[in-house]
Amino acid sequence: MKFKLEKRDFKPFLQSLIDGYDLYAPVHLAEGVPVYRKMGRPDEVDLSLLNPQKSLKEVFFPQDEVMFRYEKVDQETQMVSTEEVKRERVVLGARPCDIEAISIIEEVFSGREYTDIYFLNKRKATTIIGMACHQPLPTCFCSSTGGGPFVRKGSDLFLIDLGEAYLVEILTEKGEAFKKNKFFKKTSAKNLQLAKELEEKASKKTDSTIPVKGIDQKLDQWVESPFWDRVHEKCISCRVCTYLCPTCHCFDIMDEALNEKGQRVRNWDSCLSEFYTLETSGHNPRATCRERTRQRLMHKFNYFPKIFDRIACVGCGRCILYCPVNFDIREVIKEINAK
Amino acid sequence: MIQQKLREIAKELLMKKEVDLIIGFGEGTLPLRATPIFVRDPEEAERIIWNSFCENNLATYLHKFDRFKVGLIVKGCDARSVVALNLEKRFKNNPPFLIGVPCQRMVDRRKVKKAVKGEILKALEEDDRIIVEGEGFRVILKRDDFLYTSCQVCTHRTPVQANVLVDQPVEELPLVESHPDMDQFESKSLEERWKFFENEASRCIRCYACREACPMCYCRECFVDSSRPKWIEKGLSPSDLTFYHMVRAYHQSGRCSGCGSCERACPMEIRLNYLTQKLNRDAKELFGFEVGINPDGPPPLSTFETEDKQDFIK
Repeated sequence: MKFKLEKRDFKPFLQSLIDGYDLYAPVHLAEGVPVYRKMGRPDEVDLSLLNPQKSLKEVFFPQDEVMFRYEKVDQETQMVSTEEVKRERVVLGARPCDIEAISIIEEVFSGREYTDIYFLNKRKATTIIGMACHQPLPTCFCSSTGGGPFVRKGSDLFLIDLGEAYLVEILTEKGEAFKKNKFFKKTSAKNLQLAKELEEKASKKTDSTIPVKGIDQKLDQWVESPFWDRVHEKCISCRVCTYLCPTCHCFDIMDEALNEKGQRVRNWDSCLSEFYTLETSGHNPRATCRERTRQRLMHKFNYFPKIFDRIACVGCGRCILYCPVNFDIREVIKEINAK
Repeated sequence: MIQQKLREIAKELLMKKEVDLIIGFGEGTLPLRATPIFVRDPEEAERIIWNSFCENNLATYLHKFDRFKVGLIVKGCDARSVVALNLEKRFKNNPPFLIGVPCQRMVDRRKVKKAVKGEILKALEEDDRIIVEGEGFRVILKRDDFLYTSCQVCTHRTPVQANVLVDQPVEELPLVESHPDMDQFESKSLEERWKFFENEASRCIRCYACREACPMCYCRECFVDSSRPKWIEKGLSPSDLTFYHMVRAYHQSGRCSGCGSCERACPMEIRLNYLTQKLNRDAKELFGFEVGINPDGPPPLSTFETEDKQDFIK
């Protein structure tokens, strides 16, 4: 089902979403620094940058999230759960790479043995309005990792920017709930043709030559490879790549408590931090940056594919763009492939 | 010429085994970027480059490579960090061999990106020009219009205490008298200052790139990572974010060379230099001290004298 959404109707359309749902979309915190936030007004939404610094995962798996609150009142402990999602949610403006990353995290958080109710409740309550990438960045390599700038997988609705208007595609049952939106108009064959041309053009732009195929098997033999002695050298052990990565999903649980009152919180954690694996005894099985860099790469390209049959990288390029020392994961993949 | 000289010096040091490795810059994989490289083989010295994109302070690697004898390529600010670290007795066993480059000031990649419409695919430096190219455009920019602010205000571009200088010392004049972010900050009322500071800190994602990029942040356990005692929570509440940034800045008092690496490393483009520059100005006004210039003088906050000013105690 395809419709046209005129640009002049876009703000009223956003307002209709805000009226009916919690709307999450990119907003600029400072010039050039967009993130996903819950929108209060349509004019906060800013789609001018391709991908926000912090990925879509934040909408489903916030960087710091209260799991429950507790308080001791008259010798009784009272607990308040924060699991429930009270209002249906819509995400707008997410790109195919980030949407695919959500499905990767979902694989983990909806596991057979463990289910993550905080993530899954949000996932269930959310409709995703994806958005095509017309101008993939030079650092984008989604076409190498099984995606593409116009891949609809995971989107309930999909927007393609045609200039004067958006082409709206309704793709799922969840998306069907929107088909009666009064701003969705009949579209023309011309628009469909234009969308197709844009798709062909964009698909040529993302790098499909990064050799990730078979990398998981290759790495099987590599745990003790001298390769790791050099790869980590330039890494300064910050957490930029893991926190901005749309698929990294490690967290650490803490109690924030004072006297008789407190809350249990989970915060993103990073395998590049020295303290990630530090044991109570003082022993650290990943003692140096070498082991930690290896972990980051092995998890994405070897351990994860073993369990879930796909690599844990969607080629968004954030870790390349924002690394303070220009550690380039594409170069590492190429090096592994060449050996 | 500088680049050639760097390669020659690096090659010789490695061949004569005077150092175990050279830490310098190599070609980056992105336009407007260079990347740190670690050269052990004399033949690989050819990978070393020098241009206006060598923005990192490589002194931060001295902690990671403290078991090795390192030949370190340094700009003026980087050398000052090494001097400051030396005063803190960081190099008992392996003082680094400093290969100093009188610095031409570095180009701010974000300023360039913001000045150009469209995605930059290639960037070249030719004399005093930066040429950037992308799909359907080629723009020639005047290099001096796109420098890092920390570089514009720099008055110590020639590395002090370098074991070897690859070129003649440069004239030590700033392009801009004082840091505009700091001036602006100083001109604000206390209330406005807090608002500005809190707003900048609010974008923080606690990736600690600022900390890791900084040569002066080398504590075995940073206060943010300590769990016993727990000084700070791990989340993004305004009180935690402001606390982190306040303590990070204060720990730099009389120690920061003003290299700007913290701000360059931040993925959220948080302004950080106005704080450290302000502390540097205070150190100069109160103690007549400039970081990393005098190789012997004790850092002002590591020493006590009865004549020290006390008029701040009220």
